[in-house]
Amino acid sequence: MERLIKSDFVIEGPDKTQEIPFDSVPVTYGRDAWNRFRKNKVALTAAILLLLLIFMVIFGPIISGYSITESTNTAIRNNPPDSKHWFGTDTMGRDLFNRVCVGGRVSIAIGFFGAVIVTVLGSLYGGFAALLGGKADMVMMRIVDILSSIPNLLVIILISVIVDSKGIGTILFAMTVTGWCPTARIVRSQMLQISQSDYCLAARLMDISPLKIVIRHLIPNTMSVIIVDATFRVPGFIFSEAFLSYVGLGIQPPGTSWGAQAAGAQGMFQFYPWQLLFPAGMIALTMLVFTLLGDGLRDALDPRLRR
Amino acid sequence: MIILMAKYILKRILYMALILLIVTTITFFLLHAIPGDPITAMVQDLPEETRQAYLRTYGFDRPIIEQYFLYIKQLFTGDLGQSLRYPGRKVADIVANYSPVSALVGGISLVIGVVLGLLCGILAALKSDRWPDRVIMILALLGTTIPTFVIASVLQYALSVTWPVFPTTGYNGAKYLVLPVLCMCLGPLATYARYMRSSMLDVVNQDYILTAEAKGLSEGRIVFKHMLRNALLPCVTMICVSVAGIFSGSFIVESIFSLPGLGRYFISAISDRDYFVVLGLNVALTGIYVCSILVSDILLMLLDPRIRVKGKGETG
Repeated sequence: MERLIKSDFVIEGPDKTQEIPFDSVPVTYGRDAWNRFRKNKVALTAAILLLLLIFMVIFGPIISGYSITESTNTAIRNNPPDSKHWFGTDTMGRDLFNRVCVGGRVSIAIGFFGAVIVTVLGSLYGGFAALLGGKADMVMMRIVDILSSIPNLLVIILISVIVDSKGIGTILFAMTVTGWCPTARIVRSQMLQISQSDYCLAARLMDISPLKIVIRHLIPNTMSVIIVDATFRVPGFIFSEAFLSYVGLGIQPPGTSWGAQAAGAQGMFQFYPWQLLFPAGMIALTMLVFTLLGDGLRDALDPRLRR
Repeated sequence: MIILMAKYILKRILYMALILLIVTTITFFLLHAIPGDPITAMVQDLPEETRQAYLRTYGFDRPIIEQYFLYIKQLFTGDLGQSLRYPGRKVADIVANYSPVSALVGGISLVIGVVLGLLCGILAALKSDRWPDRVIMILALLGTTIPTFVIASVLQYALSVTWPVFPTTGYNGAKYLVLPVLCMCLGPLATYARYMRSSMLDVVNQDYILTAEAKGLSEGRIVFKHMLRNALLPCVTMICVSVAGIFSGSFIVESIFSLPGLGRYFISAISDRDYFVVLGLNVALTGIYVCSILVSDILLMLLDPRIRVKGKGETG
């Protein structure tokens, strides 16, 4: 019998030089989400608009050339918009563009920090409720039920009356003291849903430690829900602050916010409509931007849409 | 099955009563945490003796725990208390006098908003990613982002100042309700349109719709019998919560249009420090809220076949 040697064999098919190199860099979740977000024109526009808004409220006063602590000028009261005062002037003769920028800092700060506070508190609370489970979970969720049954407005008003100061801190405290409840509910139900999913079952069957399951599966998969919820919460806080200012419990002079400006101008809307329309328009624009951004983030971060 | 349902409902009622009690307690102590006593808050330069006499009359000189139990006892007899500022004005009367206006305006706007909103949502979902969907969603987005007081001011300016069709403020007949209703129905309209659309799109991707299509059912039957029924379920919960809200009224709309509603009264009672009115109104409003959640639970149980199956499984 003839012995087989290597030269007897011939390689069939494409040889090594024609092989297409395998792209060894895996597409990470973050990269994938970013790619999807980038393709969403609406969300991208919203993100750019948001950056422009932030740029405007920070640098607006420098561009307009009027100082933040601008004194009142009775000679130019209630002027309609012109080339000198882009947004016109207010009842005290201050440049409205300038005022809107300064007020925007407060409004955006309240929206941002409010959302951050309720998101952190709510996620921790909801997360622990879901992880502890059983009786602890039940008690914790009943507390949430009770807290969310108190009329929101009453809590905010009572706290700002009790604390008797009307700074940004008090307003934030009053709005977040029960504001974290919805976030806690969302985070808890998402965590429970994921822990019942097949891949968590698989992980448990593979005897992976509970802590590792939490870190590897539960937290990353809840993150997207948390981020999206936080984005949707921002406009809510801006809106609530506007409402509080309307009732007279919001930011007090000399401080200002979009809500305070709109509330102040509401009574004289028929005579000086621009004084209401500019701050109110900014509130609407900011809310729009955050809503669109939230929609875009939800689509981008949804792991089920991953390709 | 009926016994099981009765048991469930009874359990819910007890739970709701407990929530109502705890919320009342929290509000009571929060109100008493406001610095200064209620008499000084209303009348500043009262002689000390008179002030003490008033405090004694209303029981404010007693320890707070005793005041609390007295108040709870009073609540159990069905008495919501009476105003400090306007002696003789009972909280129950205030609710009876002011809530009808709020409920009327709120009710009409909610019905209009929900019906139109749901219709818009359904239309948008059925024509998803085509122009009706786009237009409806853009309008809905604007509806949720423009603050109420801006809509109210613009409507007032357009329809009663420049083009006087409707009266500016006040409450004296149906004509006075048009603008408030118009501006209050936009919020729910936009919210329900968005909500219904996503709810419908969720249902479209379910397996039972595929099954229905595979069975060869007509499109109309699939939409009405299978999609709508299931897509409406999540909306039922939302509608019940919205219904609870109409009695408390909208403070902003009521104050811009000078409507004698409960929302406006509530805020003025807080700034007047009319403690008992605030407490009483809060008990009443929380009661309505809690009841409407109960109703939504029961409705969901009746409507959702999945919950019913679960109930059957528990008995057998």
